[in-house]
Amino acid sequence: MLDPFHDPFFQRALLAGLLIGFTNGFFSGFVVVRRTALSVSALSHTMLPGIALGILITGTLTQVNAFIGALTAALFVGLGSVVVSRTSRVAQGTALAILYTTAFALGVAVLKYLHNYGDLEHWLFGDIRLVSSSDLWLAFGIGSIILLGSNIFFRPLLLTLFESDVAAAQGVPVRAMSYLLFGMLILALVTSLQAVGCVLSVGLLVAPAATLSLLTNRTPLLFWGGGLVGALGSVFALLLAYWTDIPAGPAIVIVLGTLFLLAFLLSPKYGLLPRIRTS
Amino acid sequence: MIDNVGVAYGPVSALHGISLATSCGNRVALIGPNGAGKSTLLKAIAGLVPRQTGTIQWRGAAVKKWSREFAYLPQREEVDWDFPITVRGLVEMGRFPHLGLWKRYSDSDDNAVDHALQTLAIADLQARQICELSGGQQQRAFLARALAQEAHVLLLDEPFTGLDRNASESLANLLAALSEEGRLILSSHHDLDSAPDLFNECLLLNHSQLGFGPTTEILTPQLIAEAFTTPDPASDD
Repeated sequence: MLDPFHDPFFQRALLAGLLIGFTNGFFSGFVVVRRTALSVSALSHTMLPGIALGILITGTLTQVNAFIGALTAALFVGLGSVVVSRTSRVAQGTALAILYTTAFALGVAVLKYLHNYGDLEHWLFGDIRLVSSSDLWLAFGIGSIILLGSNIFFRPLLLTLFESDVAAAQGVPVRAMSYLLFGMLILALVTSLQAVGCVLSVGLLVAPAATLSLLTNRTPLLFWGGGLVGALGSVFALLLAYWTDIPAGPAIVIVLGTLFLLAFLLSPKYGLLPRIRTS
Repeated sequence: MIDNVGVAYGPVSALHGISLATSCGNRVALIGPNGAGKSTLLKAIAGLVPRQTGTIQWRGAAVKKWSREFAYLPQREEVDWDFPITVRGLVEMGRFPHLGLWKRYSDSDDNAVDHALQTLAIADLQARQICELSGGQQQRAFLARALAQEAHVLLLDEPFTGLDRNASESLANLLAALSEEGRLILSSHHDLDSAPDLFNECLLLNHSQLGFGPTTEILTPQLIAEAFTTPDPASDD
């Protein structure tokens, strides 16, 4: 049963799962605190055309290309939805849904012309078993940036998210904090692309902290606990994928989704079953 | 001391010419009809909305934007009660202005939080999420944050709204105790009948100042009629 640990591909995949799972799980704390899971879903789908166009324009795929392409597309769709909602009678959520699905469809269309850069399935669902050493370093670098940024600015970020006007009065640069969160979100999404692809990345960026929110009231635990759930869940999912021969990306999201469901049902304080039993 | 404070939202003047001098230990009610600018004045003092005119002096010096000795307690419906934070976590936020970005949260910060929780008699609720509190307990949690911040001026926006009788009485006793300890309390208030019992000073306003002084002297039928019959073009409360 232990033989996957001697496979260098699998070793790299495990390390990537730990790094990407922890980073995304930690950041999912912000997504849960802000209750912005739907816009994260929109952004994750928007990455696909961004990256595809990046490759189309520059003719090559690098991590920097991927990041800039994803960021540009995310800004385009995010700001576009604001512009549409402010200048018409269409609500922002509606505009966002139309823009991101259109962008995603464009991405799928453009990818058809980029045969050299992996098949569509790879982009949609990721393949963590194909990570290279440079991918690992990138995941490590991005993870460090997100953990450092979140922890150094934890107090102003938390205050901004809870009461932005009070934060502003206390001298917190509220707008800069919002940009910081947005930038870190795009970075987290770029790493998750490798592990679970753009369709499933929202699972990795929401489920861990959402699971913790059913188990604890303490805000810092949403972040650190979310990181642990993301990391350990990803590792377990990789083993599961190895033994059952299902694709790794979906396995990760299935495991995280199952953990959430278990917490929803069984959490001692907030679970459905314990509450039914006491009432 | 507040001198000639005015606030405008774009071209619309919400408030102008508010001037009053008071001192620690007082409980000041801001009274006026809906949309008179009570909330706006509190937010202007707290630095949450920019002051177009006027100055605020505190301990002999001008307060430019915000002082960490001022704490603003929002109206209950303005708070995001579903934000995942415990009562203790909320009170700990009161230490943020003292800690800035870098300072470590120390034992003395912990003690200040413990002390605030005990003073407000909510130490046994500290592990609860803020959405699990009653209306009165929610007010106490925000007051505890103000105490942890070591604020001397408490700016309260309609703190009695939505509280049942017991909770109102207990909040009234608490505000009396806090002002006796030397804190200044400025609070918007809509109930004219209870105002004289709860507040010793009163600012009557409707976009501009109609009177300031001891509550019993200001809340005369004539002044009240004047405040509540003046047309109010804007609405902010």
